Amino acid sequence: MSLSSLMNQFINDFSFLILAAIGLAVIFGMMKIINLAHGEFIMLGAYITTLSAQAGVPLIISIVFGAIGVGIMGYLIDRLIICRLYGRTLDSVVVTWGISMVIQQGMLIIFGPSLQGVSTPLGSVSFAGSTYSVYRILLFAISIGALFLLYLIFMKTKFGLYSRATMQNQEIARSMGVNTNRIYSMTFSIGAAFAGLTGGLYAPTMAISPTFGTGFLMQSFVTVIVGGANPLIGTSLSGGVLGIVNSILDTTWGTFFGEIGLLICAILVIRLLPLGFSGVVEKWFVRKRRM
Amino acid sequence: MILNTEGVFSGYGKVEVVKDFNIQINEGEIVSIIGRNGVGKSTFIKTLMGLLKTNKGSITFKNQNITNVKAFDRARGGIGYVPQGHGVFPTLTVEENLLMGKLINLQKENLKLELVYNYFPKLKERRKQKAGTLSGGEQAALAIGRALVGNPDLLILDEPSEGIQPSIVNQISKIVNQINHETGLTVLFVEQNMALIQQLSQRCYAMDKGMIKGEINQEALQDYDVLKSYLTV
Ligand SMILES: Nc1ncnc2c1ncn2[C@@H]1O[C@H](COP(=O)(O)OP(=O)(O)O)[C@@H](O)[C@H]1O
Ligand SMILES: [Mg+2]
Repeated sequence: MSLSSLMNQFINDFSFLILAAIGLAVIFGMMKIINLAHGEFIMLGAYITTLSAQAGVPLIISIVFGAIGVGIMGYLIDRLIICRLYGRTLDSVVVTWGISMVIQQGMLIIFGPSLQGVSTPLGSVSFAGSTYSVYRILLFAISIGALFLLYLIFMKTKFGLYSRATMQNQEIARSMGVNTNRIYSMTFSIGAAFAGLTGGLYAPTMAISPTFGTGFLMQSFVTVIVGGANPLIGTSLSGGVLGIVNSILDTTWGTFFGEIGLLICAILVIRLLPLGFSGVVEKWFVRKRRM
Repeated sequence: MILNTEGVFSGYGKVEVVKDFNIQINEGEIVSIIGRNGVGKSTFIKTLMGLLKTNKGSITFKNQNITNVKAFDRARGGIGYVPQGHGVFPTLTVEENLLMGKLINLQKENLKLELVYNYFPKLKERRKQKAGTLSGGEQAALAIGRALVGNPDLLILDEPSEGIQPSIVNQISKIVNQINHETGLTVLFVEQNMALIQQLSQRCYAMDKGMIKGEINQEALQDYDVLKSYLTV
């Protein structure tokens, strides 16, 4: 195992974990909704991106379409269905599972079992004796950019402030003038848009089919479980740690053991740190302030 | 008259807690509602805020019928609210908590944060700190400051003295009095703390079993025994 191939693998795994998890983390962390349709949101993003790219739209704009399209669909799904489930975490599992089947079967009926994909752009570069796909490096940069965007949205905007307040105490937020239903819908929509972005970004790298999202599901849930409720701190920390574990196992024993390693990490974290990494960080901050 | 409720009934599900509630508050007044634990004071306040449904009767605020107006629109219309137990957002910083008051009373310009910090200098020192790490008294100050930021026409406080030391209760009553004098802010507050009721109320409604049992004027309020009879079983 050479350092550069490990590095290469880490870049792949880190960005995959972050991008797979980010939309799920927003929806779970902010709304306590467990979105089992997350994989289907990613799949829809991939479809929108692929179809618009085939229609002649430049790939980068097609990816943006994927994010926006799934964001709008997320808003509608929230208004129609999810808004009845606020505060009902377990019920949300059943309902979003149903949504996932409707979307997956719907796409199968409309577009058939597979779609002609678009090829991975940008080629590759050689550096220090190994070859790197330029697009993969770009994905790494985008995954960090996505975390930064998440930070800006939730920590630096009025919407973010109202959203964090609503998640803490929606009754008091309402009585301060916040239209909390709107905040929930926007939050769900933002989470969906991140999922759509992920689908769009990976569309040129994988086969496009109605089960496209399943390839992301395990990684996304493990990252959110290990990360804990805070979508920003949790996702970035667990993406980093799991990325290291995953890439070491991937390069030494192969991707099968990489996946097993992720699941073992999830089990360990559930046993030892039930609130995930962000729970530990938040507790530590409170203690530090009290002293 | 800034606030008028006529025959308001409300409660939780089938359980009616507030019954036939009629109160009138004039602009610039400081009025209290007193009564023992569990008589329905908070239930009535939540009904005023729109957090609970009015089952019967009507609520008029600034000459508009707001009985069916949503809670967030009532706040935007000019009601500042300090919930029981203060209700600060624990993981938001002090300053972020204050910024949450900005949507209150959209017609009026917000107060400058500096002005609120002048009333409560402790908050300025701790403005980057998470609100959950403040003492009870500081949380009370923060909750009041947050409601004031929006420059409300009516300030509603639900047991502001709960869980804080007498010296801080005095401080709060001084500041609320001062703001009322300086700006003519109308205040409605719910209390069981005799000292605060006497220091702050210009008029008072006594409440029992979800109903108004009487109205007490400022002189009668100074009579310890009268007051005590309404607050003890
Ligand atoms: N969320 C609730 N659900 C059902 N009953 C409640 C709820 N909150 C309060 N009550 C009941 O309503 C009555 C009045 O409570 P409350 O308005 O909080 O009284 P107070 O503020 O005067 O102490 C009590 O009997 C209480 O048990
Ligand atoms: Mg109460």
